Parts: sequence; C-alpha cells; structure tokens
Amino acid sequence: MDQFIQQLINGLSWGAIYALIALGYTMVYGVLRLINFAHGDVYMVGAMMAYYIAHWLGFAVAPSAAGFVIVMVLSMTACALLGALIELVAYRRLRSQPRSSMLITAIGVSMLLEFGGQRVFGPDPKFFPQLIESHSLFRAGSVVMTNIDALVIVVSLALMIGLRWIVMKTRVGMALRAVSFSYDAAALMGIDVNRVLTLTFMLGSALAAAAGTMVGLRNPKIDPLMGLMPGVKAFVAAVLGGIGNFPGAVVGGLLMGLTETFVSAYLSSTYRDAVAFVILIGVLLVKPTGLFGRVTVEKV
Amino acid sequence: MAGLLHLLRRNALVAVIVLAQWPLSMALSRWLNPYYLQIIVYIGINVILAVSLNLINGITGQFSLGHAGFMALGAYVSAAFTLSLGASVAGTTELLVALLIGGFGAAVAGVLVGVPSLRLRGDYLAIVTLGFGEIIRVLILNTNAVGGARGLTGIAPLAGFGSVYGCAVVCVVMLWRLVHSTKGSAFAAIREDEIAAAAMGVDTTRYKVIAFTIGAFWAGVAGGLFAHFIGYIHTNSFTFLKSIEIVVMVVLGGAGSISGAILAAAALTVLPELLRFGAEYRMIIYSLLLIVMMLTRPTGLLGNRELTWRSWKPGTAH
Repeated sequence: MDQFIQQLINGLSWGAIYALIALGYTMVYGVLRLINFAHGDVYMVGAMMAYYIAHWLGFAVAPSAAGFVIVMVLSMTACALLGALIELVAYRRLRSQPRSSMLITAIGVSMLLEFGGQRVFGPDPKFFPQLIESHSLFRAGSVVMTNIDALVIVVSLALMIGLRWIVMKTRVGMALRAVSFSYDAAALMGIDVNRVLTLTFMLGSALAAAAGTMVGLRNPKIDPLMGLMPGVKAFVAAVLGGIGNFPGAVVGGLLMGLTETFVSAYLSSTYRDAVAFVILIGVLLVKPTGLFGRVTVEKV
Repeated sequence: MAGLLHLLRRNALVAVIVLAQWPLSMALSRWLNPYYLQIIVYIGINVILAVSLNLINGITGQFSLGHAGFMALGAYVSAAFTLSLGASVAGTTELLVALLIGGFGAAVAGVLVGVPSLRLRGDYLAIVTLGFGEIIRVLILNTNAVGGARGLTGIAPLAGFGSVYGCAVVCVVMLWRLVHSTKGSAFAAIREDEIAAAAMGVDTTRYKVIAFTIGAFWAGVAGGLFAHFIGYIHTNSFTFLKSIEIVVMVVLGGAGSISGAILAAAALTVLPELLRFGAEYRMIIYSLLLIVMMLTRPTGLLGNRELTWRSWKPGTAH
C-alpha cells in the first residue's frame, strides 16, 4: 500500500509535467491542425534556459523560492519568444499548403533545435542547479512526499488555472477559441488570425518552458535530446484526452504519468514506453476521438 | 501455362535488369571503396522503404508513422531465420527465403495496423501507427531470444549491392504497376476523398488494408536486407526517428510520386554524407535544408507528377 501511494505521488508529479506539455500540443493543434513536433524541443530549451539563467543570476549557488520563480518566469518568457519566432519563420507561410509539408517543417524545426542545441549547449548532460533544496514535506510510513513533488503539482495546477482563465475569460482567449472553432469564420469576424496564432505558440511554449524548469528540479540531468520522448508522450497524452480539448490534455497527461510510473514500479521499466501506446491504441479503437473528444459528423 | 508465359513476357525486362546487375555487383564490391558501397546499398534500402511507404502515405493518403516498426520486424524475423540455419549459411536462395519470411512477418503486422486505419483518420492514425512502431520495438527489445537489449549479432552478410537493387527494382516495378492499374486508381481515390470513393463503389476498407499490407511487406524486405548487409541489428536502428526519416523522403519527393520518392530517398541518404565535411554543423544544415525546401516547395520535389522517359507526365491523381 505504501508503495502504491508513493507511486501515485510520483505519477502525479510526472503527469502534471506531461499535462503542461500536452496543453501546448493541444492548443497548437486546435488552431493550426498541426502536430508541432518541435514542441518537445521547446521544453528542452526551457530547461536549458532555466539552467543558464540560474547560473547567470547566481541562484544556482543560493537556492531560494524567489530565485526559482524568477528563473522560471524568465525561461517562460524566453521560450514564448522562441515559440513566436518558430511560428513566424517556419509555419506562417505554409498555412495554406498541404498539411504533410507543415508536418515535415515541424520535424525540421525539431531537428534544428536538437542539433542546434547540441552545438550551443554542448552534447553532454548538464546538472541542473538545486534552485530549491529538496526536503520531505510529509512522511507517513515509508511514503515520502518531497517539497519538489508538491511544488511541481501545485505550480502546474496554478498554470493550468491561469491558462483556463486566459482562454475562457479574456478577449484574446475568446479569439483563440473562435479561431480553433473555425478559421475562416473567425477571420471574417475581424479576428487577426496571425496574432492569435502567435499568441497560441507563445502560451504553449511558455507552459513547455515551465515544465522544462520543473523537470530540472525533479530530474537534474538535462541534455539537448531530453525533449524527444516526453514530446511524443505528451502528444500521445493530448490525443488520448481528445486533441484540441483542454481538460482532455490534462487528464491525458496525468494518465500517462501515472501509467508510466505504475508500469515501471510493478512490471518493468523497459515496458514503460510501450504500455502508454497500448493504452492509447485501446482507447482510440473504442473511442476514436479520444476520451473527451467531440464526435464530429463528417459532411458529404 | 499460357498465363505463366504471359507473366514471364511481361516481366522479362525486370528479370533482365535484375539479373544483369549481378556482374555489376561483383565489379562494384571488388573495386569500390567499402564506404561508397555502403552508401549505395543504403540508398537502395531507403528506396524500398520510401516507395513502400509512399503507397500508404502518398498514394492512399493514410498517414503512417510506423514504417520503422515494420522494417524492424522484417529485419529480426529474417535474421532469426538465417541464424536458425546455422553458422555456415551462405547463398542467394537462403537470403531470398529469409527476405520473404521477413516480409510476410511484417505484412501480418501491416494487416494489424491496417485495421485501426479503418476507424481512425489523419493525425490520430499517424499517432497510432507511431505507437505500433514503438510497441514492436519495445517488444523486440524485451525478447531475449532475439538478443533483447544486446542486439542480434552474427547475421550472415548475405545481402549486397546485387540483392538490394534486385529487390528495389522488383519493388518499384510492382508498386508502379499497381498504382497505374485500374485498381490503383482506387488508392488515389481514397486519398482524395474517402467518402466520395466509397460512394463510387470503392471498397475503401479493402484497399486501405491492402496498402498497409503491401507497404509493410516491402518495409520488412528492406529490414531483412539491412540486417543481412550489416550483420548486426539493434532496436536503436528502428526508432520512430527512422520512421520520420522515411516520411520525410516521401513528402519531400512529392506525395504520390514514386519517382519522387526514389529521388528523395537517394538525395536524403547522400546528403548527410556530403555534409560530413562540417561534422559539427552537419545535422543543423540538414534540418535547415529540410525547412527551406518545404518553405520553397511545399508539395515536394515532384508534387504528384512522375518523372518518366518521355516527359513530365501527370501523376496518378488526375
């Protein structure tokens, strides 16, 4: 039982990170119908940015909660700009082109970030500074919840609530929903589609950067290829929840995190990568639009 | 008997091409620097992979991201077969049998993947095929009988220039004929508009599964050739990055264009090697080129046209 609860905590904190990345996928997919393969690499850049910012500002040697917040916010800002740049340079001109060419461009951008990252940051793993000293927050039997786990869960939750507020309550959020509902109709109603797309990429990339920063705290080893698998998993999580659907992305991310930790703990860690996909295929075969996906009737 | 004669006559040219290259193969393997030979062989393998995926992605329009999984199955199944024959195995017959077994192993998986394609569309299908590819990989990785995480070593190096290009020619001719036959139009019809195709009496279910099965079969053959060329296989060679690499070949060549897929397969195999001079910037240049090519020519090199002897001929879509 203790092990179960322990894995539950681990799974939730991993799941929260997947959920943050998955939200970025789902937002971009919602407005652009594009699997943004570069998103996982933005998450990597987020972690790297946080690493450098922490060293430049000296928070790496003097851990403090304020330092963590500043590092995370700066990294989120940097990645938001990166996301806007990617959209502007790589995707904007391809919007009216076949979707497969946009997908290839996304793969190109992803590779550029990975290999460019190896060049800029160096190919070797880096050790993320302890921005916040890890200690156990609470202990019951052999179950330990560290403050890092709690922080990851709480900060992710706060960011998700913030995102929901932006999307549901602000004017730009309304524009975003309109564009994701119908591109052309939104444009006809006077919505600046370009601006909305830039904003979508900025929001998604900022969330990815937050996830990257928190992963640095949890698993201090970061390297330029670290975005690869989490990127794919987070996308799978978004599809699992029903892509384009915000709560779906969160639930999908949590499910993904929990499944992986439980499979590693109770079966074998080598099966971890496969089980997520088995669940995905199972769900999609029963419900092809994902858990929370809307059923759309195809018109002839 | 008459049918057999007809078949032979129709395929005489193919047979001649396949056979005539054997002397060339001998000469090449004797005179050519092994590095160049390896690149040339990789081009042949990638041509098979790109052309076979083109049937699924480009022509039938079923976006698949799991081609490396089929390739892995073919590689492991055929290698396990030749290994079971013993250490002293040598010869073209054994290789052919091994390739067929590998191809059929992959084709069975192709049927399995084809089935969800009946319910899923577009990106959902893409991600499910990606998942299938990864599941295959992880299952192999955990199967001790085929080496597991150690990889499979000591595979007889039966494949070379001759067998690879022999298979490539047969594959290209087979798929070219299939696509340009009356039945082949059904594949393109599904790509253009599935509902309209069904309304016109195309059995979309059947054709989608056929596309996956044939595509997977040839990916399996390519995997078998790969295994018997380098003599050592590990699941790391068949990650989803390999699948993506093949998709890039198909899209860059022009979705639906067989000659485009061939050209792109050759170009994208050689390109990284040409860029070796700037080893550190190699992959950066590669990815930049990919982005620039897509921005300047979003429909791929040839679009849906084919490069033929006579001239530019409209592709299968029209």
